[in-house]
Amino acid sequence: MKIGTVAESQSDEARVALTPMSAKDLAKLGHEAVIEAGAGAKAGFTDAAYAEAGVEVLPDAAAVFAAADVIAKVRPPTDAEVELLREGQTLISFFYPASNEALMQKAADKGATIVAMDMVPRISRAQKMDALSSMANIAGYRAVIEAGANFGRFFTGQVTAAGKVPPAKVLVIGAGVAGLAAIGASTSLGAITYAFDVRPEVAEQIESMGAEFVYLDFEEQSQDGAATGGYAAPSSPEFREKQLEKFRELAPDVDIVICTALIPNRDAPVLWTRDMVEAMKPGSVIVDLAAERGGNCELTVKDEKIVTDNGVTIVGYTDFPSRMATQSSTLYATNVRHMLTDLTPEKDGKIVHDMDDDVIRGATIAHAEEVTFPPPPPKVQAIAAQPKKDKPKELTPEEKRGAEVAAFQAETKRQVGLLAGAAAAILLVGLWAPASFMQHFIVFVLAVFVGFQVIWGVAHSLHTPLMAVTNAISSIIIVGALMQIGSGSFLVLILAAVSVFMAAINIFGGFMVTRRMLAMFQKS
Amino acid sequence: MGYGFTTAAYVVAAVLFILSLGGLSGQESAKRAVWYGIVGMALAVVATLIGPGAGLWLLSLILIAAGAVVGVMVAQRVQMTEMPQLVAAMHSLVGLAAVFVGFNAHIEIGRVLSAFTEAGEVFPLELYGVVPAGAAMVAEQFRGFAAVVAEKSGVELTILRVELFLGVVIGAITFTGSVVAYGKLAGKVTSAATKLPGGHALNAGAAAISVLCLIWYFNTGGLFPLILMTLAALFIGYHLIMGIGGADMPVVVSMLNSYSGWAAAAIGFSLGNDLLIVVGALVGSSGAILSYIMCKAMNRHFVSVILGGFGGASGPQMEVEGEMIATDADNVASALEEADSVVIVPGYGMAVAQAQQNVAELTRRLRAKGKEVRFAIHPVAGRLPGHMNVLLAEARVPYDIVLEMDEINDDFPETDVVIVIGSNDIVNPAAQDDPNSPIAGMPVLEVWKAKQVFVSKRGQGTGYSGIENPLFFKDNTRMFYGDAKASLDTLLSKVT
Repeated sequence: MKIGTVAESQSDEARVALTPMSAKDLAKLGHEAVIEAGAGAKAGFTDAAYAEAGVEVLPDAAAVFAAADVIAKVRPPTDAEVELLREGQTLISFFYPASNEALMQKAADKGATIVAMDMVPRISRAQKMDALSSMANIAGYRAVIEAGANFGRFFTGQVTAAGKVPPAKVLVIGAGVAGLAAIGASTSLGAITYAFDVRPEVAEQIESMGAEFVYLDFEEQSQDGAATGGYAAPSSPEFREKQLEKFRELAPDVDIVICTALIPNRDAPVLWTRDMVEAMKPGSVIVDLAAERGGNCELTVKDEKIVTDNGVTIVGYTDFPSRMATQSSTLYATNVRHMLTDLTPEKDGKIVHDMDDDVIRGATIAHAEEVTFPPPPPKVQAIAAQPKKDKPKELTPEEKRGAEVAAFQAETKRQVGLLAGAAAAILLVGLWAPASFMQHFIVFVLAVFVGFQVIWGVAHSLHTPLMAVTNAISSIIIVGALMQIGSGSFLVLILAAVSVFMAAINIFGGFMVTRRMLAMFQKS
Repeated sequence: MGYGFTTAAYVVAAVLFILSLGGLSGQESAKRAVWYGIVGMALAVVATLIGPGAGLWLLSLILIAAGAVVGVMVAQRVQMTEMPQLVAAMHSLVGLAAVFVGFNAHIEIGRVLSAFTEAGEVFPLELYGVVPAGAAMVAEQFRGFAAVVAEKSGVELTILRVELFLGVVIGAITFTGSVVAYGKLAGKVTSAATKLPGGHALNAGAAAISVLCLIWYFNTGGLFPLILMTLAALFIGYHLIMGIGGADMPVVVSMLNSYSGWAAAAIGFSLGNDLLIVVGALVGSSGAILSYIMCKAMNRHFVSVILGGFGGASGPQMEVEGEMIATDADNVASALEEADSVVIVPGYGMAVAQAQQNVAELTRRLRAKGKEVRFAIHPVAGRLPGHMNVLLAEARVPYDIVLEMDEINDDFPETDVVIVIGSNDIVNPAAQDDPNSPIAGMPVLEVWKAKQVFVSKRGQGTGYSGIENPLFFKDNTRMFYGDAKASLDTLLSKVT
């Protein structure tokens, strides 16, 4: 099938949905590619490069729409572009269906299939086509670079011949993909980085990137990211108050604030208020990645860079990925290519739109003249739910006391029972056995007791030496043999002599080997 | 020297023995304690030699000296990895000596009896120690143990027979059992559990024969039932231990240790010697406690270990998901390079491959880099209680970084890298996760909680118990295949 790419109609959009590289990969799937002339120019890909990769270059968008079965682009289509769609044609692009319902309905009416790259479900299998993440990654990185360009000092602390430079302090609000990318870029530039997020489970990720998690002491804060597909959910007013209080405390101290806090399908929460901006040092920079949705900072102006009265620069650009068009085009084109791979299961150039597939179903918002948005929840959970921790049941003091008493009584019963049994047995033996036996018996019982008491104290690591030494001393049987060896009988003599010999081996061998072993145990 | 002096010497010796066992509570005091044992033994032997009842002391001294030469030679030559075999072999000597001494007691009774009958006197005596005038002449001619026997009354003689009978039974079981255990540990007999057709019925039959012989022996006092019983006991010892697999050897060896003690105690009763009784009881209870500790560490009943085989899996075992991912020395080395805390879990595989020196070298190098290296020892790791501790001590690993299971189990979540060398069941998470696993409930080292686990293992096979180990399939586990020693050699070449 033919995959077509048109130039983006918005003048400020530099990205392109097809690169020469991804075109070559598409060819492996059995697809041909066509592109509008000059579509890749702003991203650094010339028409010649496309032609070399086997892409047919067509003069204008209308020609591409006419020639291609699948249209791939970056931004949501304009009204005019939707007009050009025909029945059975597939469009792959960002769409934001929740805020573009009319357009979606129009496309569906035309019988076109729309695959919205922003609707790819967040499951492991779909990560390779998750364009939101790859764009957010770039935005996070670019935000730090943008901040650095507007910041008058080094990020890293230095001690130079010309004096000491303190390191910059960066606060990243929201640790999603963009936030984490920002943390990574900021720490690798050498800044002291703090990060905040309402989902406590990301603390580990934050710390793994080298930033310090701004810990909020709040009981209710356990938002479970798994329930919302890995995104943050709105928080309670009390929590918000606590959060703002913490930011107010940090504001005079930080040099750069990077805001990335977004809640799906809502306006961005205002987290950096006017008074915080006023509390900041002159020369500080705020980069607001949430500007598109109103901004996390109260003073943010969409698509503009402003400087406040107290000298704080606030960057409200919304086109960070487009500002790094080569990189973002490469990643986006790869995402699109992966989507097409899933749509071409046999690799024979035939698109099979399998609406039972979780990923394809989730991303498809219009198909067969019907609007298919919103999709049903995916069968596979995005992130494994955090196992609910069962709190160990608190026992009341009475219950505890009761349990202790019961345990004590059971123990007493057991011990008294054992003692009574043993005493009865010994008494029985005593009734029958003569005194001389009982004398020895007492010695025996006492020795067993002493043995039990002493052996429990032996260190586990010395169990082998213990065995060797008990081995040696159990050769005390030599004493018995020595007493018999003087007997008149020859047979007795022989047996006793052999016993003495064997026991002697054991005595010397056992003690020697124990000493050898013990000498090896050394303290560090 | 009089009887009183010998008894006094015995008392001192007994106290020294108790101190020598008690001293094993710590590594440093143990070095002193072993001398208490040596002195106690010397005292006991000397007191017996110069005390009443002993004769032929020149011959005795020569025999002791000969035994000493053999014993010292063995003790100096033995490799630390061969320690389990050595201990088992020594048990067999004690067992055999107990059998011989028991037989001697029987022969002595016979001699005294015939001498009395010849002189026309009644034996056994009516009252203990009251020798009729006529019999005194006969009794005079006996020395040593026979003289003691000549003073016995009827009931006492019966008790004496029970005692010597018990001594011989336990001694015989200890003897063949230890020989088989030695064979298994030394690799001369297959370490798999093998049974003759008939299984435990044969053991039960042999035990029944022994009981019948006891009654028979009571009534007749003849030699034949004694010999028959000895044969039955020898068979029990052989067959019982043959039916127990290699990994249960810690229990077997400590059980035999216990038996050798009880045999000595039984012989002590028959000889009327308190020192033998005391020492026998000490050794017997020591072995019993060791067996108990080992069984507890495997969460199995003593009886089920002794009867061999793994007991009832109550349902289908959990399916193991995932795959084993192999790795190589480079990856292990770089993981070690990055780690701050490392825990090494050695098992029998390390002993088999003689890899303890390499392990110690690795430990030294890692410690030199300022990393925290510790060892986690499961109570039943190896083939002898405390086996791993001795091997590591031999390789000069300081004992204060060698920790017990209970001491280290809580630290695994903070550990960066765990290296499992030649152990399997003692790190099996199924013991905790899978109630149907044959080893369910057995305390195990929770290595899977560490950030990364490397398992050095010869191949993909299951452990002794034949149970699949889910640890090997976990995401944070990497398999480092190959002989432990060879693997560590290549690893050492990467870690400088």
